[in-house]
Amino acid sequence: MPAARKRNLRPRSQRGSSDIFRELVAHLRKNRTGLREEWARRITEAQLLSAMSEEEILTETTSIYDNYVDVLETGAVEALEAYARNLSERIIPRGVETHEVIGIVLLLRDVLLRSLFVKCKSSVELLSRMLDAFEPAARRITVTVAVGFVHERERIIYEQQDAIRGLSTPVLPVREGMLILPIVGVIDSQRARQLTGQLLRGIRANRAKVVVIDVTGVPSINSAVANHLVLTVEAARLLGATAIVTGLSSEIAQTLVTIGVDLTKMNTVCDLRGGIEEADRLLGFRVTRMDEPSEEEKGI
Amino acid sequence: MASTENEVRVLIKSDEDILSARQEGRELGVRLGFGPPELAVIATAISELARNLLLYAKNGSIICWAIEREPKKGIVIQATDEGPGIPDVEAVLKDGYSTSGGLGLGLPGVRRMMDEFAIVSHKGRGTTVTTIKWKS
Amino acid sequence: MQVPILKQGPYLIASVQAALRDADLISLRDSLTEKVGTYRSRGVIVDVTALDVLDSFACRTLSDIAAIIRLRGAHTVIVGIQPEVAFSMVQLGLKLEGVATALDLEEGLEYMNRRTKRMGHGQYGK
Repeated sequence: MPAARKRNLRPRSQRGSSDIFRELVAHLRKNRTGLREEWARRITEAQLLSAMSEEEILTETTSIYDNYVDVLETGAVEALEAYARNLSERIIPRGVETHEVIGIVLLLRDVLLRSLFVKCKSSVELLSRMLDAFEPAARRITVTVAVGFVHERERIIYEQQDAIRGLSTPVLPVREGMLILPIVGVIDSQRARQLTGQLLRGIRANRAKVVVIDVTGVPSINSAVANHLVLTVEAARLLGATAIVTGLSSEIAQTLVTIGVDLTKMNTVCDLRGGIEEADRLLGFRVTRMDEPSEEEKGI
Repeated sequence: MASTENEVRVLIKSDEDILSARQEGRELGVRLGFGPPELAVIATAISELARNLLLYAKNGSIICWAIEREPKKGIVIQATDEGPGIPDVEAVLKDGYSTSGGLGLGLPGVRRMMDEFAIVSHKGRGTTVTTIKWKS
Repeated sequence: MQVPILKQGPYLIASVQAALRDADLISLRDSLTEKVGTYRSRGVIVDVTALDVLDSFACRTLSDIAAIIRLRGAHTVIVGIQPEVAFSMVQLGLKLEGVATALDLEEGLEYMNRRTKRMGHGQYGK
């Protein structure tokens, strides 16, 4: 495995002027309390982090400030990324939004910039050099924190979706020996695999002899998922169950043909109702209304 | 053959080795936290790759190890041998959905089962098939 | 390891207990072939519930068993393929085409009863 690329905030050209950085970092450390308080004040003023208590804001701003300055000093981004991830993990469930996170990091940058202006007010040249050192680093930090937050949000959303899908048991026992698997929406390979697993386990648990896979609610599928459908039918057979596929749109039928499926070999029925009737037939059931005389009674 | 807690190495000389390889591979899968459906895939893929080694290769080995590619975690299953090499890799990877299920190389099937698949082969020298299954 | 084969009326039931070496599979094939002749069995049920993998060699052997048994005038049904195993098999392209399958022993026996009733006693009319 290749060694992780070490990323550095400070561009090579600037590493020679490390005294400026040292001066900058020293200034930020010396004025830590004041600057951090100013920052917290601005956060409240901008009505950001409203989901957090004052104490929590104090704790987090202290950590972020210190991390910020550490990163400026060492130039090592990994620690910041780790911190950003950790922070996001903690605040996302609290309902903190992306604009808030970006907002507070930018506010910190503003506060620090202002303090640089004040410090260097006697020398434009000194200010200019300080800004040269500070600006790219600050920009990089903002981006890292924001991106880390967004990634974490996406990860959580994905996990939640997955959990919801896993919880739902779409395999429905209808009568003795019959299962229905209604599939709705857009199906990707991973979802398809999940459904197949649930179907096969359902066949075993319910001792099903026939399964009706209804794809009426699926507008189209790619060839990978189409192939998957074929495999599911075959796998069901290995468990002793016949699969009937219902509700094939002409688009899906076309996809199946394109991948080489012989539709005449696949048990397909136009719609779900027809599929259930066919399943009944295969199972040897006959369905009659209660208020009608049975065929025996009718003398047939 | 040496196997440690995070790596499996089995030299394939007899069909008994096929069983060992898939048993050890499965155990590694369990340690890495894979669920039953994935474990079945892992064991079956190892079985097929190992069988190929037994049938067609010289000094073949199955090697499995854990892999991490942030944020994914998975298992690598590799089949490597010293000969004779596959002259036409393209042909061997061609897929037909009505496979005979016989003792062909079964590589299209393994590729379908696994999440990642790569094969390097040199005629007369050897072949390495590398596959990865990610934890879902 | 030998697979125990039990006679149950007109049928033979082979229950695989653990992972099989190639030689064990061949031996199973030969045993079943012989016993079907000896007992004039009408059907063979192979229970693979205990198997966590069915690879190409195992599938080929099971197919061979079914073909040979059919030549002897009897039916074969494979039972007990686990859901995960079934899914792995089909991904590999192993469908056990032409070989009857059922969920478990109970279903397998039911299947046999249906088939042998239809077929009658002998090898005729196939």
